[in-house]
Amino acid sequence: MGDIVAFFLDPAHWSDSTGIPARLLEHLVISGTSILLAALIAFPIGLYIGHTNRGSGIAINVANIGRAVPSYGMMVILLPICLLILAPGLGLDPTFTLTFLPIFLAMTFLAIPPLLVSTYAGLRSVDRDLIEAGRGMGLTERQILARIELPIASPIIVGGFRTATLQVIATATIGAILGGGGLGRFIFDGLNQGLVGRASIYAGAIMVAALAIGIDLVLAWVQRRLTPRALRAPRRQGVSGPTSVLGGADSLPSTIEPAA
Amino acid sequence: MPPGTKIFDFSWLAGHLGQVWERIVQHLELTVIPLLLGILISLVLAVWAVRQPRVYGPITGLTGLLYTIPSLAAFALLRPILGLSLLTAIVPLTTYTLLILFRSFAAGFTSVPAEILEAAEGMGYTRRQRLLRVELPLAVPLIIAGIRLASVTTIGLATIAAVLGDSFGGLGQLITEGIQFVFPTKYLLGAALSILLAFAADFLFVRIEHVVTPWAHAKAGVR
Amino acid sequence: MAIQPRQAAVVEFDHVTKRYDAPTGKDKDKPTPGAVNDLSLKVPAGKICILVGPSGCGKTTSLKMINRLIEPTSGKILIDGVDASTRELTELRRSIGYVIQQVGLFPHQTIGDNVATVPRLLGWPKARLKERSEELLGLVGLDPAKYRDRFPSQLSGGERQRVGVARALAADPPIMLMDEPFGAVDPIVRDRLQNEFLRLQETIAKTILFVTHDIDEAIKMGDLVAVFQTGGILAQFGTPLEILAAPASEFVARFVGRDRGLKRLSLLRVSDVPVRPATTARPGDPAADARRRALDDPLRFLLLIDGDKRPLGWIGYDDIPADGVLTEAMANPSSPQLNKRTTLKDALSLMLDADVQTGIVVDRTGAVQGLLSITTIADKMREGEHAAGFDEVVGGPEDDEPIEPGPIDDEVRAMEASA
Repeated sequence: MGDIVAFFLDPAHWSDSTGIPARLLEHLVISGTSILLAALIAFPIGLYIGHTNRGSGIAINVANIGRAVPSYGMMVILLPICLLILAPGLGLDPTFTLTFLPIFLAMTFLAIPPLLVSTYAGLRSVDRDLIEAGRGMGLTERQILARIELPIASPIIVGGFRTATLQVIATATIGAILGGGGLGRFIFDGLNQGLVGRASIYAGAIMVAALAIGIDLVLAWVQRRLTPRALRAPRRQGVSGPTSVLGGADSLPSTIEPAA
Repeated sequence: MPPGTKIFDFSWLAGHLGQVWERIVQHLELTVIPLLLGILISLVLAVWAVRQPRVYGPITGLTGLLYTIPSLAAFALLRPILGLSLLTAIVPLTTYTLLILFRSFAAGFTSVPAEILEAAEGMGYTRRQRLLRVELPLAVPLIIAGIRLASVTTIGLATIAAVLGDSFGGLGQLITEGIQFVFPTKYLLGAALSILLAFAADFLFVRIEHVVTPWAHAKAGVR
Repeated sequence: MAIQPRQAAVVEFDHVTKRYDAPTGKDKDKPTPGAVNDLSLKVPAGKICILVGPSGCGKTTSLKMINRLIEPTSGKILIDGVDASTRELTELRRSIGYVIQQVGLFPHQTIGDNVATVPRLLGWPKARLKERSEELLGLVGLDPAKYRDRFPSQLSGGERQRVGVARALAADPPIMLMDEPFGAVDPIVRDRLQNEFLRLQETIAKTILFVTHDIDEAIKMGDLVAVFQTGGILAQFGTPLEILAAPASEFVARFVGRDRGLKRLSLLRVSDVPVRPATTARPGDPAADARRRALDDPLRFLLLIDGDKRPLGWIGYDDIPADGVLTEAMANPSSPQLNKRTTLKDALSLMLDADVQTGIVVDRTGAVQGLLSITTIADKMREGEHAAGFDEVVGGPEDDEPIEPGPIDDEVRAMEASA
């Protein structure tokens, strides 16, 4: 315990490119960029499928397959692909290619299924009568999407976003095994330092967990704010209530599982 | 990567089929044991939470907290406590299944409509009979969905255990060795097999769900 | 084992009270929904007793206290004289059929298995389970070969409801509890299910307690009707005719509705009202004689009949020639033909449809028995309304008849006794 406190108090751990701020930034950059790319891919597709209900079977299957892919295996497979094809092709710096690209791509791949499925499921959860009524009043398809479907679906979509974020922040840690940056480095480097390394492992684990929970709490707040006031359920007790400190985990089996 | 290295050396694979097979079997062990333990624990927890709804929140909170511990850290931190035994891999892999399994089991049990429970009670089912003959079978689709997700997750996480050393084995070991000796054939094989194994498990549980819940797939008006 | 006819039990509520936690604050004077207040009533074996009332009046609570899904706060429920609370819970429930509105079929079991639920709990051998569920599916009008192996999701609402009834009957329980069993199906299907169930009850003759909020269903289905009012108070308990003829309170009068006279007509039959003899004549009768007889008829009409006394048509006094003979061509088309079993409601409707004042009552061979005038029906309808005198509460006082319900007329009692 004292070791861990000492680790955090050591000024050496707060400076230079291997310090806490730098590693935290790396973790945020790799998580943030991959979620952003995943969202750019998943949202338009999810909105299209959810609004039109066209191609839903294919999308759900793709999402299910994507969900089954182990991230570590994915990174490893991407390693030579990035190094031998992408890096020379795009003229990228080999170090950057090795320490960033495979992890970034694997994390993007990890984030797509929950984002896609929650967007689709959120839109499909909107009462068909409401959309019919909107059409009857002369709203365009775009207006129906923006004024009816999106507001009602937003809590579910943000729920998927929470799941994706939680998974990416936790999983980005393993990028350290392949030489990537981020908070995982404190854990992986600690592994190879014997007894001294334990404080580093603990510190790394605590920081990853705290980052995940902290960001999840922020997103939980966003989710609640985005829920139209009339649709906000009073906080319920018991099995059906959103009682987890990890709201993102709330949607783990359910949000990902509308496909049979 | 040294120049001239083949990306994938099939002749190496042909000569080491036995070793690869051994890694696959080890990986299955690393997956099946935590999965079975997780199912057992989650089943007990879920039945408890259904009987006592107030424990649901704390259980989700706790299993959720365990879920946020980075897998790499969990393996690393348990090594000094449990040594380089299989247990060091099994314990975290089991705890990672708990959140998924507990939530899906509890959701399965509470998904049984109230009128079906009332009908069962009104016809004179004992509590035990109701649990075993009504609630459990009806929870099966959600239970299997949870097991499916947990198995896929465990297969992926089990590859990471190998970072700690050869005592855990599994496909992760192929990856670790391949990276250590800059031998792409080995790490690509390990990664590809872990992905294939996850797909196979996913497919297997989809089929199982289909076979054991014929009622859920019966189409209206069709026999 | 076939359904044992007349295997029914007497169900008796003996000062049964169910209290829920009293509400606090401004609601504390309101009755708690579902509470039951000192209920005493006795349902004879083999009768259908309908518990009817507005929502929250305690009717469903009362029903569920019989199979002890709810335990009473005080009082006893006796089944064939035995206190239900002394019986082993599961054994008690397995001896009582239970049908609910949402049916509650087990989605993971086939229809055949669903029907055999209670016999299986009772440990019947497998072969008998199969035989039994097929027998019961046949009984509720579902072809066993077609339905046995289907799942509930493959059935329509009406079919599911039939399976629910079959399942409740599977172990041949002496009592059936039905909680709004036909509430979730559309009116046409409901009507058919009601008729089918009444026909079924003629053979099975169970003691049935049946909850509904629909007074028309209560009147149609019940041998006895218990009207509940908010607060779990039994407002009136009697036959449908008694309740329609003499509502015991303003609440009951309002609950059965202002059209209760009309509702009574659906329970009364032509045999319950006096039939006037017809003045008849045959083709070929001398016209002069016929004119004289027509003059003696209150309506100055003759009914022309054939050799088998079957009606051919009406001849008015003014249409009878001074001499010659009567011919069939002189007769106007006949009025609707009624028989002794026709309900007065149907009789009235037939007469209004044909735009006539008089219906012809015939026997099974079609021979004229007499005439029924529309005013006789109207008199019968008013008889009930005046006995109670509660409608004035709504429309303002018109006369000063006592609020106390008058004695139920002997005719109604006689009719009930013969039913």
